Amino acid sequence: MKTITLKLVLLFLAALVLFSSCAVQHVKPWERDQLAQKKMQLIHDPTENGLDEHIYFSKEASSGGKSVGGGGCGCN
Amino acid sequence: MLIIRSVVFIIFCSLVSAFVVAAPAPSFTLPTAHDSVAFDSLRGKVVLVDFWASWCDPCRKSFPWLEDMYLKYSKQGLTIVAINLDAKRDNADKFLAKFPSDFTIAFDPKATVAQLYDVKAMPSSFLIDRTGNIILTHTGFQEEQADELESHVQEALKK
Repeated sequence: MKTITLKLVLLFLAALVLFSSCAVQHVKPWERDQLAQKKMQLIHDPTENGLDEHIYFSKEASSGGKSVGGGGCGCN
Repeated sequence: MLIIRSVVFIIFCSLVSAFVVAAPAPSFTLPTAHDSVAFDSLRGKVVLVDFWASWCDPCRKSFPWLEDMYLKYSKQGLTIVAINLDAKRDNADKFLAKFPSDFTIAFDPKATVAQLYDVKAMPSSFLIDRTGNIILTHTGFQEEQADELESHVQEALKK
């Protein structure tokens, strides 16, 4: 009986550590200095990316999926 | 019964808070380049509190506008407090060397005042009337909105 209680307590503690939401730390607006740097951008050249997207859109008749723009509504 | 009552109370509170526009501005005291600025000492003036950082592009655009506003309206009672939120002071100083300004620059590297004001974006500005209430909250800076902001400042100065 005692070992079961101990196991339950250990399980609870493990769950507490594992499922604590420390991975969901939101970046505050004033903490974005590193993220705002040019070298941190996912798209390194907006013009080139625009051209790529256009070619993709006109050749394959599909857009979106890569980023937020064009949610797949078929309206652009 | 108690649960229902408390739920109703919470809903009531949230509704009331949604309609209250003029909220008292949180008080603060922050260091400036050579001295410090206390919000309470600015009572009776229209205060424009602006949160900025050196890495923020729109802030770069807003600085000349803030300077313009200051030169135009400081005699009528407008005070501008631009609160810098850079973690490293060096970055702020480099920015300030490029954009010389006459209004008050305060430093809040730990963002304690930004948390008090619940800053949602950079830059964020808060227009505070002569009685110490926030009458306007504005996020971001676009040149097209500058005239509208200026008219709010003018209105606040008339009261």
